[in-house]
Amino acid sequence: MSTKKMSSAIGDLDSSGIESTIEAVYVYEAPVRLWHWVNAGAITVLALTGYFIGSPLPSMSGEASDFYVMGYIRFFHFVAAYVFAIGMIGRIYWAFVGNGHAKQLFVPPLLKKSWWREVWHEARWYAFLEKEPNKYVGHNPLASLFMFLMFVVGSIFMIFTGFALYAEGQGTDSWWYDAFAGWLIPLFGQSQDVHTWHHLGMWFILTFVIIHIYAAIREDVMSRQSLVSTMISGWRTWKDDRR
Amino acid sequence: MSNTELAQSVDSKSPIESFYDVMRRQGISRRSFIKYCSLTATALGLGPAFVGKIAYAMENKPRIPVLWLHGLECTCCSESFIRSAHPLAKDVILSMISLDYDDTIMAAAGQQAEAIIDETIEKYDGNFILAVEGNTPLNQDGMSCIIAGKPFHHQIERVAKHCKAIISWGSCASWGCVQAARPNPTQATPTHKLITDKPIIKVPGCPPIAEVMTGVITYMVTFDKMPTLDRQGRPKMFYSQRIHDKCYRRPHFDAGQFVEEFDDENAKKGYCLYKVGCKGPTTYNACSTIRWNEGTSFPIQAGHGCIGCSEDGFWDKGSFYDRLTDVHGFGVEADADEIGLAVAGATGVAIAVHAAASALKSAKNNHDNNIGE
Ligand code: HEM
Ligand code: HEM
Ligand code: SF4
Ligand code: SF4
Repeated sequence: MSTKKMSSAIGDLDSSGIESTIEAVYVYEAPVRLWHWVNAGAITVLALTGYFIGSPLPSMSGEASDFYVMGYIRFFHFVAAYVFAIGMIGRIYWAFVGNGHAKQLFVPPLLKKSWWREVWHEARWYAFLEKEPNKYVGHNPLASLFMFLMFVVGSIFMIFTGFALYAEGQGTDSWWYDAFAGWLIPLFGQSQDVHTWHHLGMWFILTFVIIHIYAAIREDVMSRQSLVSTMISGWRTWKDDRR
Repeated sequence: MSNTELAQSVDSKSPIESFYDVMRRQGISRRSFIKYCSLTATALGLGPAFVGKIAYAMENKPRIPVLWLHGLECTCCSESFIRSAHPLAKDVILSMISLDYDDTIMAAAGQQAEAIIDETIEKYDGNFILAVEGNTPLNQDGMSCIIAGKPFHHQIERVAKHCKAIISWGSCASWGCVQAARPNPTQATPTHKLITDKPIIKVPGCPPIAEVMTGVITYMVTFDKMPTLDRQGRPKMFYSQRIHDKCYRRPHFDAGQFVEEFDDENAKKGYCLYKVGCKGPTTYNACSTIRWNEGTSFPIQAGHGCIGCSEDGFWDKGSFYDRLTDVHGFGVEADADEIGLAVAGATGVAIAVHAAASALKSAKNNHDNNIGE
């Protein structure tokens, strides 16, 4: 049998499922990988343009009709917002139709005790208290927990608050307003509060991104498996053949 | 509630004079009356066809009694009201209100004044409108606002029990306003948090625009019903757009042309006031369309940003001159960028330290491995 086994044949997210003989496992299917990088791009654009919506660039001088600086910044924020939101819907769809690993992002087994033990093990590895991390076909449990709490929750928060603000621009008699703003804005107090929380949400997501990129690169170097190349090619490879 | 027959039920009782009767009695000419009707139709965003409808309603519908109570407030709503663009509007509406109860502008005082309330309740039980200016302090047994020798909440609760509907004038009655600003020592409480079993129309603003106030009342008289309200209870016809949506400086906003300081060249040129804290983008009110003082101007036209006076809790959002406003509740007051930079910065530092430690560990492992081999 080929050493390259399809991950669907493994379908197991635990370290125990890995046989040392397996050289590589196909983990992230093309749509997941494509989504990952498009999503990363969208968030970069959203954070940049969002920052400049909150604290605009130095004032332009000349005729107002010659410029559309704030207009473009907001326009690109909204374009990226659509990419981000539609991408998220697509990604959720893929969680249903993709392979087992496509679900992992959304459903960390929070009620499973053994999983928490592995979270703890991974945390100790980061605290330099374990000599070696475990091997994982999918995300390691700590990463999975952290992606869920910061990325998934944070993104949903940004999509709802963002579209509530967007709905205000569309007008109070718009479909958007009923769907997002009418109920959400009073929940936060008033529109200004939604702006403030949407803005704080940006820093929440950026904090995730900083830690995520650091961890991805660090683990690429220090763990026993491939990371960054996995998110590019889809294949997980191993650096040793121990369990 | 079945607000469609606000007035019908009044009808069935004793014959009551109409608005028009009252106006004539106040010495208002027919000509002035028609003028008032057409101006009001415009203010309500209705076509010319409605002028006749308003005139008809005013002439024939029985006058709805209004009791205007004053709680913890500064009287800016009344001040605004009596300055409505068309001098008649205030005469018309005032004549109808002052006949009943408004302790600031009515002639009666003391026992006599309070007797009017009892009389109205008795005569029009369930059929009068309660207009509230200001809010109700509940701490210290309500001692922070005493009306006729008793805490205000006695009066408002009693009157509210018998009214048909309530109009909350201004941000005080609608949201709480300055009396309710943190830490709200008197526990100033807006109407809807005190009275929960009556329909309430919120007309926020500090103060609300005069034409908005007279417009709301006229609408109710003319159409025998409450104006359409948004989810938060504000009349849609006046509160469904933000200042920013109709601001004449908006082209400068879109262009990215901002006043950076109040004394700079851009301020003289009339650029957008966003960077000096304008709250127009988050404030629902009609200032940028109806404007103030007979349509003369509004704050932004005078070169000052909107302070968001018709929004809930606008006193508690930090400086009026900052674009990013403060977040409370972390034990500090800081804006989103200050908090975010602190968190992201701390993460960055932690990562730098962690990366250094990781590099050391890697180096050591490699060293150990090399020795081991
Ligand atoms: C990770 C995702 C996002 C980030 C980091 C982000 C960031 C920001 C920031 C920092 C602001 C400025 C807030 C302020 O201080 O007023 C902002 C404003 C805004 N964002 Fe987002 N945002 C994101 C997603 C979205 C989404 C999904 C939408 C939906 C359309 C959206 C729509 C808006 C709107 C309408 C505004 C207000 C624009 C204005 O006031 O002119 N955002 N965003
Ligand atoms: C805005 C930036 C980014 C965001 C929001 C983001 C988000 C995510 C998310 C949500 C996942 C889980 C994917 C899934 O299960 O579907 C993931 C995985 C991953 N990301 Fe990112 N990412 C970002 C940038 C990056 C960058 C710049 C790198 C490269 C250094 C990177 C490397 C990875 C890797 C290697 C994985 C797979 C981790 C594993 O195998 O356990 N990401 N990322
Ligand atoms: S001055 Fe205020 S309301 Fe007018 S465009 Fe600028 S931010 Fe908007
Ligand atoms: S412009 Fe803003 S602050 Fe000024 S009165 Fe209107 S809503 Fe209030």
